[in-house]
Amino acid sequence: MASLNEFLFVSGLVFAIGLAGVILRRNIIVIFMCLELMLAAASLTLVAFSRFHLKDGLPDYNGQVFVFFIITVAAAEVAVGLAIIVALYRARQTINVEDLTSMRG
Amino acid sequence: MESILWLILGLPLLTAALIHLGLKRKQPIAALVSTLSAAVGLILTLLLVSKGETLSLGFDWVNIAGFKGIQIGIELDSLARGMLLIVTGVGFLVHLFSLAYMKDDSALARYFCGLSLFMFSMIGIVLASNFIMMFMFWELVGLSSYLLIGHWYQKDTAADAAKKAFLTNRIGDFGFMIGILMLWGIAGTFTFSELASYLVARPDHSVFFLGVAILCIFAGAMGKSAQAPLHVWLPDAMEGPTPVSALIHAATMVAAGVFMMARFFTSLTPDLADLHLIVPEFSSQTIAWIGGITSLLAALMATQQDDIKKILAYSTLSQLGYMVMAVGLLDPEAGMFHLFTHAWFKALLFLGSGAVIFSCHHEQNIWKMGGLKKTMPVTSLTFLLGTLALCGVPFTSGFFSKEHILESAAHRGQWALFGIAALVACLTTFYMLRLFFVAFLGDSRSEKANHAKEVGPLMALPLIALAAMALLSGYEFLGGKISPLYKPFEFHPAAPAFIASISAVLIGAFLAYKLYGNAKEDPLAEKSLFKIFRNKFYIDEAYAKLISYDQDSVAAFVHFFDELIINGLIVGGFTRAADGFGRLFGRLQSGNLQGYAVLFGLGVLLVIYLTVFLS
Repeated sequence: MASLNEFLFVSGLVFAIGLAGVILRRNIIVIFMCLELMLAAASLTLVAFSRFHLKDGLPDYNGQVFVFFIITVAAAEVAVGLAIIVALYRARQTINVEDLTSMRG
Repeated sequence: MESILWLILGLPLLTAALIHLGLKRKQPIAALVSTLSAAVGLILTLLLVSKGETLSLGFDWVNIAGFKGIQIGIELDSLARGMLLIVTGVGFLVHLFSLAYMKDDSALARYFCGLSLFMFSMIGIVLASNFIMMFMFWELVGLSSYLLIGHWYQKDTAADAAKKAFLTNRIGDFGFMIGILMLWGIAGTFTFSELASYLVARPDHSVFFLGVAILCIFAGAMGKSAQAPLHVWLPDAMEGPTPVSALIHAATMVAAGVFMMARFFTSLTPDLADLHLIVPEFSSQTIAWIGGITSLLAALMATQQDDIKKILAYSTLSQLGYMVMAVGLLDPEAGMFHLFTHAWFKALLFLGSGAVIFSCHHEQNIWKMGGLKKTMPVTSLTFLLGTLALCGVPFTSGFFSKEHILESAAHRGQWALFGIAALVACLTTFYMLRLFFVAFLGDSRSEKANHAKEVGPLMALPLIALAAMALLSGYEFLGGKISPLYKPFEFHPAAPAFIASISAVLIGAFLAYKLYGNAKEDPLAEKSLFKIFRNKFYIDEAYAKLISYDQDSVAAFVHFFDELIINGLIVGGFTRAADGFGRLFGRLQSGNLQGYAVLFGLGVLLVIYLTVFLS
């Protein structure tokens, strides 16, 4: 079985990929997907810690239960987020974040 | 007794409030109510005077720990009683006269409201038992005087005169206030009746300090009683309605300064003969000389005025100078006695001039009158009686009181002041007879004077009543009972005062007859010396220059301060700072979603750094 460090490395990698996508990509849907990627990376970390944190020979399941909650909330969040994107597209005819600068001070 | 006093004080205020709040549109009723309240005041005062009680009452108004409270109180003694009678007596007659004089005025209610307010304030001064209360009423008479001078405020001259009176008085009142506080510093009390004993209780007080305090308090009297160099407002105040001039600017308010000084000096010591031991020499001398100089300057200016009211105004100035001189000679009795007689005959003269102005359709130039003796016999006769009393012709009231002032100057050995007083007496006779000869004798010199008619009974009655007082108020049977302070007349045919006053009248009368007996125009008008008199020694012009110079420099400084400090640094600085910060933070709001994400990420890193690596 892989060690905790390997799990954390993969998780960090996924998180970095997600963060890079959020920062660098222009398409708002891709940004959104990268956001989900970062969430998944965080969930992976939780599961890994849960697995390697033994209590009386058993993993600490609190972390894994927590991940279920994250997945649930993320599903709801995706529904809201996609709805916003659809509404945005209807209003602006664009999903390019560089064109969405009406909040400039 | 007490309730009568409070009623006398409060009734005019109630009347003024009633007129102002309820009777603005019912003008004739307002006039009647005001006159009625003045009549009630006079009757109550007569009641008080006939009882002749001395009374002092009041209640604490302000109490501060460790310091005796300021009272609202009434001090009724012979001084207050006599002055009260002058105020309510002349006041009532002026109300009566005003009913006729002002009957066509469009703002009758405002006028009578002002008169009632004035009566309230003046009675307050008379009855006040301490300096603070007196000062409040002092300011109130200033206000009502301002309102009444500016009654015809549509005229620029009237509005300006009202302003001038108010501002000039402000200068004096400032000194008054300082003086009151200084006196409190010495004696520790504001109350008149306590002054003497408190001063005695502190024998180590600085004489110089007391002298300065007296002079500061006198500054208030200088403003109100129009003493040089603050005299400039009184002649201009003649822009007000003539009855107002009679009441406020001749008989009562302008005399308030003299009254206040008399009240002050009489409360400094129980025995007036000791006054010179308490009042320092330099302050009494200053007061006497200011009075003397004022009376001389004003008398000289009066000789070349053509406006009937202006002549009377300068004569008032001159007589006030007399009274102040008497106060300065530490003889407040003589000053108050002259105030008493002067109030009646000067009110008479002003009301007489009012009757003339009324009949001549607001003509005030005496050279356009003439011959009024035939058309207005009652007015002429009463005016003549007033003139005689003012000149100090023997057996009139003015003679007795003037004599006392001359006598006290002689008694103190102040021969320079004595000379000035005698010269002024001579000048007084000269200019008053000039006025009488030109306006009332000879032939009428204008259409308006030709058509003059005798005034109605409502105007004639006050004239007759005042004429009786002008004749009789100097005698002991009347003046001795009701004058604020009375000195019986002693006949010394060889005394310098007697000789001086008789010869002054004779010389003045002779000169006036010689020059103006049949004059059609002023024979002295072209002489350069008399031009200076006519132009009031150019004092007004000098003040105008001085004030404009002062104000220009102050205004320039204020402008600089305003532009640079207020506008540039404070107001402008704040807006610039807010603007700059706004621009700075606005730059952070790029509107770029990913920019926010980067910043957010950096923020998270910073928080992690701070919490993990620094704690």
